[in-house]
Amino acid sequence: MTDHTNDTSPQASDPAKLVLEDGTSVRGTAIGARGLTGGELCFNTSMTGYQEIMTDPSYYGQLMMMTYPHIGNYGASDIDMEAEEPMVAGFIVRSFTERHSNRQADETLDEFMREHGLVGISGVDTRALVRHIRDKGVMNAVISSDELDDDVLLERAREWPSMDGLELASKVTTDSPYIYCEGTGPRIAVYDFGVKQNILRSFRARGATVRVVPGETPLDDVLSWDPDGLFFSNGPGDPRAMADAIDRVGRALETGLPIFGICLGHQLISLAQGFDVYKMFVGHRGANHPVKNLDTERVEVTTQNHGFAVDENSIDDGKARVTHVNLNDDTVEGLRFKTFPGLSLQYHPEASPGPHDSHYHFDAFMDMVASERNVSVPDQPAEPVRAVR
Amino acid sequence: MPKRTDIESILLIGSGPIVIGQACEFDYSGSQAARALMEEDYRVILVNSNPATIMTDPMMADEVYLRELTPSSIAQIAREEQPDAVLPTMGGQTGLNVAQDLKEAGFWEEEGIEVIGVDIDTVQITEDRQQFRDLMEDIGLDQSRSNTAKSLLEAKEITQELGGLPIVIRPSYTLGGGGGGIVWDADEFESMVTRGLELSPAHQVLIDECLYGWKEYELELLRDPNDNVIIIASIENITPMGVHTGDSITVAPQQTLTDKQFQKMRDAAIKAMNSIGTFAGGCNIQFAFEPGTDRMIVIEINPRVSRSSALASKATGYPIAKVASKLAVGYTLDELPNEITGDTSACFEPSLDYVVTKIPRFNFDKFEGVDEELTTQMKAVGEVMSIGRTFQESLQKAWQSLEIGYAGLGADREDADRETVRKRLKKPHWDQLLHVRHAFRKGASVEEVYDITQIDPWYLHKIQDMVDLEEEIRSTALRDIDERFMFEIKRNGFSDEQLAYLVPEDVDDEEVREYRKELDVTPVYQVVDTCAGEFPAETPYYYSSYETVNESTVTDKDKVLILGSGPNRIGQGIEFDYSCVHGVKAAREMGYEALMLNCNPETVSTDFDVADKLYFEPVYWERVMDVIDLEQPEGVILQLGGQTAIKLGERFEEHGINIFGTPFEVMDFVEDRGKFTEVLRKLEIPFPPYGVAHSVDEAVQTADRLGYPTLIRPSYVLGGEGMRIAINEDEVAEYVSNILSIYPDNEILLDRFLEDSIEIDVDAVCDGEEVWITGIMQHIEPAGVHSGDSTAVLPPYSLSEEVQDTIRQYVRDLAFELDIIGLLNVQMVVKDETVYVIEANPRASRTMPFVSKACGTRIPAIATKVMLGEKLKTFREAGELDCDLEGYAIKEPVFSWDKFPEVPKELGPEMKSTGEAIAFVDALTDEHFQQPYEMKDLYLSR
Repeated sequence: MTDHTNDTSPQASDPAKLVLEDGTSVRGTAIGARGLTGGELCFNTSMTGYQEIMTDPSYYGQLMMMTYPHIGNYGASDIDMEAEEPMVAGFIVRSFTERHSNRQADETLDEFMREHGLVGISGVDTRALVRHIRDKGVMNAVISSDELDDDVLLERAREWPSMDGLELASKVTTDSPYIYCEGTGPRIAVYDFGVKQNILRSFRARGATVRVVPGETPLDDVLSWDPDGLFFSNGPGDPRAMADAIDRVGRALETGLPIFGICLGHQLISLAQGFDVYKMFVGHRGANHPVKNLDTERVEVTTQNHGFAVDENSIDDGKARVTHVNLNDDTVEGLRFKTFPGLSLQYHPEASPGPHDSHYHFDAFMDMVASERNVSVPDQPAEPVRAVR
Repeated sequence: MPKRTDIESILLIGSGPIVIGQACEFDYSGSQAARALMEEDYRVILVNSNPATIMTDPMMADEVYLRELTPSSIAQIAREEQPDAVLPTMGGQTGLNVAQDLKEAGFWEEEGIEVIGVDIDTVQITEDRQQFRDLMEDIGLDQSRSNTAKSLLEAKEITQELGGLPIVIRPSYTLGGGGGGIVWDADEFESMVTRGLELSPAHQVLIDECLYGWKEYELELLRDPNDNVIIIASIENITPMGVHTGDSITVAPQQTLTDKQFQKMRDAAIKAMNSIGTFAGGCNIQFAFEPGTDRMIVIEINPRVSRSSALASKATGYPIAKVASKLAVGYTLDELPNEITGDTSACFEPSLDYVVTKIPRFNFDKFEGVDEELTTQMKAVGEVMSIGRTFQESLQKAWQSLEIGYAGLGADREDADRETVRKRLKKPHWDQLLHVRHAFRKGASVEEVYDITQIDPWYLHKIQDMVDLEEEIRSTALRDIDERFMFEIKRNGFSDEQLAYLVPEDVDDEEVREYRKELDVTPVYQVVDTCAGEFPAETPYYYSSYETVNESTVTDKDKVLILGSGPNRIGQGIEFDYSCVHGVKAAREMGYEALMLNCNPETVSTDFDVADKLYFEPVYWERVMDVIDLEQPEGVILQLGGQTAIKLGERFEEHGINIFGTPFEVMDFVEDRGKFTEVLRKLEIPFPPYGVAHSVDEAVQTADRLGYPTLIRPSYVLGGEGMRIAINEDEVAEYVSNILSIYPDNEILLDRFLEDSIEIDVDAVCDGEEVWITGIMQHIEPAGVHSGDSTAVLPPYSLSEEVQDTIRQYVRDLAFELDIIGLLNVQMVVKDETVYVIEANPRASRTMPFVSKACGTRIPAIATKVMLGEKLKTFREAGELDCDLEGYAIKEPVFSWDKFPEVPKELGPEMKSTGEAIAFVDALTDEHFQQPYEMKDLYLSR
């Protein structure tokens, strides 16, 4: 890869560099906050929803590269937050829009990034980098707008801790339990490993009372609230490094309560059942992944964000059944469990960003809870108690 | 579920002759459909009356009927062939209408033929305003609000309910919506409502919500038998609501909606598509979006493939028509592969990592007195598409593709004056974006331009950025531009030509190019892969960009570059795409790697599996040379792409690039009237008295010498552009000054016009050793009507054998004398048994596809092989040159007059027809011959 600037915007500004741990170095222009940041370099192929992606806790600690070239087009808005603040460690784009156009915007994306101290780089041949990591596999990198020396940055990139074997959920989970909303429907306890706001919104829309608890909360504490269903959230990091959580999930499965897991939650449930989870070569990150529901034969276009997956061959068919598969690479996307009422999904039915094709899973889970626990699901959404956004 | 086995044969209906609003995009969809169904081993029966289509080639289907698309002719074919099913969604509105007519007549049911690809029972819902409104209301989708008022008071109340002015008033039941319009202020309100109430026979007016300033979007969808729906593309119109989407500049993917706004639109689209009955296939839905309120309304649904789906296919790489055909025969999306990656599923939504811009191409110069303002009635005759990594790059490439002399979005000539800019900005015109640029040059702000144009500020900001960059270039000497700045300039799409114009010193684009290469700033080629690089792609579909990694691997095979014909326009349309596709195939058959370069999204030649490699690029010098620099082909083929490719010939020659077939000097030579006349004299071929002129005075003198009527035309044009017949000095002066205002420095050709003569068109192929006369066509209309607008009959119906022999002899003599290798078209007139040669064109003609279809000969393929060195003898001995036509074939011109009601319907030397149909008749008593024959003199004008 050549080392010239890739700037398309006529306004010259501060230079920045992106250096990968394999020595690839690209010059660009600094966007957002100035400074140095690092993490696993990954990419997302969604053409919209950059702010939701930026604030998705599952991306905690990663450098997010958007494949769509124009980013920032509609600015930043309070309603597009999936957490209190950005979760990605850095942001990489081809062409950064300084002057957005959408009346919903509260501020420019640049202002938003600066406000939250998020370091980014623009003017980068993102396509070349996507193809690079597609062929070489994911790797760490650093973005810097103060230190620009290649050797120093390469050193930093190499030193950056690998995502492999890294537990990160504890960094993004809530500090203390809270009631998110109160409704007339079932009581759902949410184990927060980095839960996306739209998951909570989806429960609230179905009238549930939702209590969010830190990922390390002992099961007994959760059960003492008398939940009707347990939810294990999405989140960042390697699930195999979460022994305590796996142990808690395993005991939760024995309670007989209806269980729902998304993404990391799905992997934790699988590990607790004794199935294997492996790190993928590239991972799935985008909003256009086709998933087939094997029960209905119907296909959903889904939002995905995972670098680990459940090994299909390790699934004990006495314990679970594969209900959903990815049509691109046949990986496991959904499980129905046999020894307890429950389902889990590798992808993100709450979307945000992405298509709404899979919202029905929330209905399915609520119905499961309703019938198991003999409660009803109301038509009215629940009252917000601490509706973050 | 797998494909259906209960049906074995399928009738596929085409779209007929090209008219405005329905062009060669339906050859693209029809060809894809035919191929897809043949692939699945169905017996395909295809019907279309347009001979210039790839879909009507014999190998495209099991049975090809070149018949008119009327209910009776379709019924006759269906009775003969007894297909199990009919697929009517690939042939535009024409195909769908015919199928619907036959449905209403109970024909399909009677014959036990199933209609697939659309729910024919519910089609009328999408076409009937009221039924559509009702259905959308049922499924809870918002629509534009309106109400009927019977009095001024009522009108006031309704207006208040609709949120106040502006509103649209439409008097009920008036012809053509007379008396309606937008009411902007209270002053007009009373008078317009009162007038509307008076005008309306029912004394009522419809008061509609005014969508002025709303943004317009289109989504392209596919639905399978399991009701899985996917969105292939989102398209955003830069031109706001109020202009037909075919006349709008559009961009894919949409740029300015948030994910939540976009997903809301996606949800609505899926709901809407699933509401129009039970079927599997493609569909297009239009939405309007009000910035500020987030209100989104459904405008219309087209339950078939469309111009937009052709665009969406090219923009994303996703073959919509092909997949839609497979869905129509029972496949579900998850059973089909994504052919671009070869490895992943077809059931997904393409992700783009580039920006696509479509700009319509107009031909207002052909229609005197036409209203050039863009409205809800489509007026464009063609379109270009371009791909760039950024909007700026994509937009400039699109302007380079238009072939109207622009080197990008302006910055290549003097800007228009303030008054013109103000005028052109106000109302949507074809060049509105150009005036947006001018406005920024003159210091206007984004807010000001937005207020006037309602174009989304995102686009305006980008254009303003380009203007800022322009200013920077203006103050930088060429040699002071460093590598970094040069990359920035090129990434904003500026051409070398624009750069040469902008830098302070006097340089030309060649010097800029040379310097740019010194800096090592050259484009790379990236793959259109449907997945933003996430998966490796197998498809050789490329666009250029100034990025860092070239993805187009150059092979060591011998290569031929075939230049396409660019955007469709009157005089250069689908016929040339037909030639290009066959040229590509022939070159491949001869073992060459065929490289196709074109920028017209409606074509078959830009289907990604036609050539070995497809470069979706402007047919513009710099972009073509960039491809040549990379690929180093053995040569280029110019003869197939109409005048577009030939225009580049001289520069190829200068740069030592090999041109296959007839050398460039000859192409140039025949345009030089003096030199060409020398040849005719030498060969003792008669020609009408002629002269050339470079000024009005000179032209008048020449015309006086030649006598009247005089035929006047500019050199180097196609479709008789600017050609007129003058009957006196004043007319000569008027026409010549018109031509010179459009083409300064043009050499004007004047011919004595031979009245009451018969016009003849001859197509031929020459290999240097022998000449194959592929067809002699006699026009029914008298000479003076452009050949493209004439009804041509093959073979001649009233010429003596002697005259025909003379014609053949002249063509042979000309071909040898001119050293033609490849195609030759000669136009002649016959008066009193004397044959006069008017002009010769050493390239593919508009009539070649017609002759190919009429005779069952593969003219373009054979001609291409001849250009590449094969001899006609081989084909002659194989019997491939024999014409199997029995009776007569008639080429009937088709016009789009209804799109220009203000333009007088008259025919002259300037071509006005947009398409053609073919009819086969046994005898001259047939009405296909009799009708034009009786009316032959009716419309002859200048």
